[in-house]
Amino acid sequence: MKKLAKLFAATLASVTISLGSLSAVEINKIHFLIPGGAGGGWDGTARGTGEALTKAGLIGTATYENMSGGGGGKAIGYLIENSMSNHGTLMVNSTPIVIRSLTKVFPQNFRDLTLIAGTIGDYAALVVPANSPYKNFKDLVSAYKKNPEKVAIGGGSVPGSMDHLVPAMAFKAAGADPKKVKYIPFDAGGKAMAGLLSGEIDALSTGFSEAVSMANSGKVRIIAVTSEKRVDAAPNAPTLIEQGYDVTFVNWRGFFAAPDLPSNMRKAYIEVLGKMYKTPEWETVRARNGWVNIHNPGDKFMVFLAEQEKVIGNLMRELGFL
Amino acid sequence: MFDGMLLGLETAFTLQNMLFAALGCFIGTIIGMLPGLGPMSVVAIMIPVSLQIGDPSTTLILLAGVYYGAIFGGSTSSILINAPGEAAVVATAFDGYPMAQKGQAGKALTIAAISSFSGGTIGVVLLMFFAPALANFAILFWSAEYFALVLVGLSAISAFAGKGKVLKALMMTLLGLMLATVGESSLFHAPRFTLGIMDLQSGINFVTLAMGLFAVPEAFFLAIDKIRGKKGSSKKSQEISNLRINLKEAKAIMPVIARQSVQGFLIGVMPGTGATIASFLGYAVERNLASPEEREEFGKGSIKGLAAPETANNAASTGSFVPLLTLGIPGSGTTAVLLGAFIALNLQPGPQLMQDRPEVFWSIIMSMYFGNIVLLVLNLPLVPYIARLLSIPRSFLIPFVLFFAMAGAYIGQNNATELLLLLGFGVLAIIFRFADYPLPPLLIGFVLGQMFEDNLGRAMRNANGIQFIWERPMTLTLIISAAIFILVPLIRDWLTNKRK
Repeated sequence: MKKLAKLFAATLASVTISLGSLSAVEINKIHFLIPGGAGGGWDGTARGTGEALTKAGLIGTATYENMSGGGGGKAIGYLIENSMSNHGTLMVNSTPIVIRSLTKVFPQNFRDLTLIAGTIGDYAALVVPANSPYKNFKDLVSAYKKNPEKVAIGGGSVPGSMDHLVPAMAFKAAGADPKKVKYIPFDAGGKAMAGLLSGEIDALSTGFSEAVSMANSGKVRIIAVTSEKRVDAAPNAPTLIEQGYDVTFVNWRGFFAAPDLPSNMRKAYIEVLGKMYKTPEWETVRARNGWVNIHNPGDKFMVFLAEQEKVIGNLMRELGFL
Repeated sequence: MFDGMLLGLETAFTLQNMLFAALGCFIGTIIGMLPGLGPMSVVAIMIPVSLQIGDPSTTLILLAGVYYGAIFGGSTSSILINAPGEAAVVATAFDGYPMAQKGQAGKALTIAAISSFSGGTIGVVLLMFFAPALANFAILFWSAEYFALVLVGLSAISAFAGKGKVLKALMMTLLGLMLATVGESSLFHAPRFTLGIMDLQSGINFVTLAMGLFAVPEAFFLAIDKIRGKKGSSKKSQEISNLRINLKEAKAIMPVIARQSVQGFLIGVMPGTGATIASFLGYAVERNLASPEEREEFGKGSIKGLAAPETANNAASTGSFVPLLTLGIPGSGTTAVLLGAFIALNLQPGPQLMQDRPEVFWSIIMSMYFGNIVLLVLNLPLVPYIARLLSIPRSFLIPFVLFFAMAGAYIGQNNATELLLLLGFGVLAIIFRFADYPLPPLLIGFVLGQMFEDNLGRAMRNANGIQFIWERPMTLTLIISAAIFILVPLIRDWLTNKRK
């Protein structure tokens, strides 16, 4: 009987402790929700992050679920509708969640979710063939101002997406009409690159890491990067800022959780992702994929997204996409 | 260059690398046989594992083996149960499955294996000697020419437009082109024809449509034929698993293999085309070159019609290494994934790769010879056993076919709506079959539809109109040949029908 009382007391104590530690829960398991199919960018980000977290011992297990549909909209809807049962779930997403909410392709936007952190990112870049008459962004601007129809700019995504918005933003900063950008959409970055080398397009708007790998092949040159300062991976690539055009842009990837996630769990997720950056396991994954660490945890993430939404929204309205 | 080749030989033919090449081929073939997991997914799955090896040559040899192994294996389900798991093997089903129905499954699988082997091997020879020279050929085409090339590929439909079916075949092609417009295109920023269904926003999934059009009706008719008391193709298993090809047949397919190896390779070299269009073009060209009697056989179990796409798609897959290795441009989804592996290994594919890391460059190419032999040795002895699958009783075969179709539609998407779509397409296909509409043109139209629209849209955007058709000589030439390819057979059939 005494034993039982002891056990009872112990149970009570442990319950109290667990209640008391509500402000410091331990995350042992993360279920990653991937809004696209296997092999894509979202898939790689989620699986890479999970791999680093488990190998570094920060969490015990990571599970993954691919839920494609609606260009990512289905997974967002699912996470919102099944919020209560998805406290263990993190959904990966990226800049398109901002753009697609603006264009109303997604009925929801990032404010309907719990923001955890922006974890990695990529700057944008403009690339020309190595033998192009355009030596820098200024040359491209003056050709564009003379006749925008003669400057075909390609990208690996649809009109109105990042690859289109970045040159429009840059031309606008140069005082030219961003509406006149002759944007040629390709369905993949590799095909856009082939279009650049074949002379079908004059310049290519693409992600910075992809641009670096192309420039390393010696066939093309980067004439503009949207970072604040030059990036170590390509010290010869000039930023738009240093050429006198006040444009920066980051295509981020990060994680979101269910809308009514308890604040202590949110804090734990933010912490666990924050700790990940110092581990060699993460460095291996990051280097393997050529990602750039751009860490925006918690509330900083909200500020960042709100700012991005404002800039992109204004530009898209000006271009007539909204 | 010869020093490089020798170095490559040395690297590729170490015991370790040979083992990994064989392992890659084996994994690729086995997974490639499953529907829904095309070469791209298989390679993507294998990358994290293969990076653990450490040696860049070995890793890439393994991945390349997985790639062409998957292409090799993809033809099996096309031939046996009319279930092409990937766009590049749709054309394989056109004649491979009718052959299997006639009880020649073993022969069909053998021809597919030999054609794949020859296409792959001749492709490697071309890759080895002409890769650097072909770099400029790879960037010859603009969207305008790709559009024209798609038109030539569409001419493959004429094989299904025989006797009184011309209009029906054209209607089916149009329906296929229309289905390809569902979802968001790469040209516009809005979803189209999705009926507000979110699952349709990314378009119709190829495997779901292919399984629904081909495999599901097959299961239905297997069941119905029994009820209707029709005798199926239940030949003796001895004949089914017979893989012998006679001298006459070998003579017939030899020139096809020779032509399609070169043609398929060249098409594969151009980024923006790839194995699918190579297989359709190969099919169309060989049909036009065949004698009138042989032409009648196309679509009904012609050995030439089987050898042509199988040779072409394997040669094209090898060809797609040219832009990757010499320019650093991935021409297809699979080579884009492979590019990721190169970068993870700190290698930059491109003109310098051959100079800086000749052992990597050449050992990948050299390992392909060995890999192709492995594939042949691996596959030929298995043919009788795989073919015997067809001699199992229908009550077991039907659920198997259905399971295969459903797994294919579901894997990769992880979306249960695909199963409903599969059922819908299946019912539609059964109705079309009863009404005697040919289904292959629908799938050809669908598969080529997106390339058709994208390239036409890009060319028009760039030229601000359609004047590119006459302003670019190469486009004009290709469009005229497409017109000849499509119209001549139709007129010829019409004339012969009239004479009768």
